[in-house]
Amino acid sequence: MLKYEFDWSVVTSGQYYDWLVSGVYLTIQLSAVSIVLAFVLGLLIAVMRMSSVKPVKWLALGYLEFFRNTPLLVQIFFWYFGSYKILPESVNEWLNSTNFEFAAAVIALTIYTSAFIAEDIRSGVMSIPKEQMEASRSAGFSYLRSMQYIILPQAVRITIPPLIGQFLNLTKNSSLAMTIGVAELTYQARQVEAYTFKGFEAFTAATLVYVALSFIITALVTLYSRKVLHRAG
Amino acid sequence: METGLDFTVVWDNLLYFMIGAYPEGPLGGIVLTIYLAVVSCFFSFWGGLILGLMNVSRNKVIRYTSGAFVNFVRGMPLLMVIFWCYFLVPGFFGQPVGETKTVIVALSLFTSAYMSQIVKAGIESIPKGQTEAARSSGLKLWQVMVYVILPQGLRNMIPSFVNQFVSLIKDTSLAFIVGVSELTHVATQINNRSFIYPTEIFIFIAVIYFILCYIFTEFSRWLEKRLAWRKSI
Repeated sequence: MLKYEFDWSVVTSGQYYDWLVSGVYLTIQLSAVSIVLAFVLGLLIAVMRMSSVKPVKWLALGYLEFFRNTPLLVQIFFWYFGSYKILPESVNEWLNSTNFEFAAAVIALTIYTSAFIAEDIRSGVMSIPKEQMEASRSAGFSYLRSMQYIILPQAVRITIPPLIGQFLNLTKNSSLAMTIGVAELTYQARQVEAYTFKGFEAFTAATLVYVALSFIITALVTLYSRKVLHRAG
Repeated sequence: METGLDFTVVWDNLLYFMIGAYPEGPLGGIVLTIYLAVVSCFFSFWGGLILGLMNVSRNKVIRYTSGAFVNFVRGMPLLMVIFWCYFLVPGFFGQPVGETKTVIVALSLFTSAYMSQIVKAGIESIPKGQTEAARSSGLKLWQVMVYVILPQGLRNMIPSFVNQFVSLIKDTSLAFIVGVSELTHVATQINNRSFIYPTEIFIFIAVIYFILCYIFTEFSRWLEKRLAWRKSI
């Protein structure tokens, strides 16, 4: 077997270090934008899913089942390569005027993650006693207002640990954006390998960043569950 | 809309979507996707079982080693695991290893970490009293595990295993990145050749993945209901 010469300086300084750092920033940016959008969309889908209006409920159910049961990579390819045929002309023009690779990755990550978040929120809502909804309805709140003021504020608090888990998944899933040329962390690690043949060092650096991110986030969730949830409960 | 979708490209290439270039070339397409998922599922079940058992071991060194491994792998994106395997597996075996085998190793390692969590939860769901009772009736510790705890614990966990299998089906799409000709790879090939039907092609494979995954998602729900019903009587 060939002897491999380690050269860690490749990833700790100079141009290749800058590439990796820019990759880390883009990974964080991509994940942060997508998680905010996915949360809003997930909340909407969850409320629709629990609605008593049948067509609304079925629409949400179809959305959930479809996007949860198809690979993220295929969804990314669909939005990147194939969405132009089904989107209105004006939307296409707007998307092309932006950074389209980034936009397609955000759309795919948002929709995919929102389907998982919606289910998490729904289980949060189910854990709120049904009587609260009945009481609030009989006090004159509409269904949507009861959700807004009574049910969701409590449910979202319970849902925060699983939501952060979704954020973690999203950060890891954002690595798939490299397949359409978004220069996030995994993409940059691969670039460094291609330019320097120092794949071991480049992948180690990227892996450590991912693992560190996930440890920090996991530690925060644990802390949150211990402090906030147990005090409230 | 005047730009209607034209699915002729899909029907013309249907056989290619199913089996790839087989029998002239290697097996590919939907069949390879299923093959990858099934083989990786088999290995990751055993890997997960071993890691899960190590995770509940009374020996601290064993427990911490497996715990560190599991947390490390769970902190990494699957794409990164695939790159690592692509990079290290040939060195490990001392000879070139085909892309398909490399991906199977990566998927098995990655999924083992998640399966081990399921196994651990399954073991912990069995009341402690059972271990004590079995021990006091003269069984050795390994006998307690094999004859008393695992048969019950694993049965409770079957729905979670099936869900993990659904994730595996979706994850096989990442084999595309190292050039394994599974369904997503075949779709990008056809897309590159036909050029103007990306929307149709990616909708089609999304539907195929959806059908595959949805069958198993429903199967898992059905199992869950049946298990709950059996417990209630």
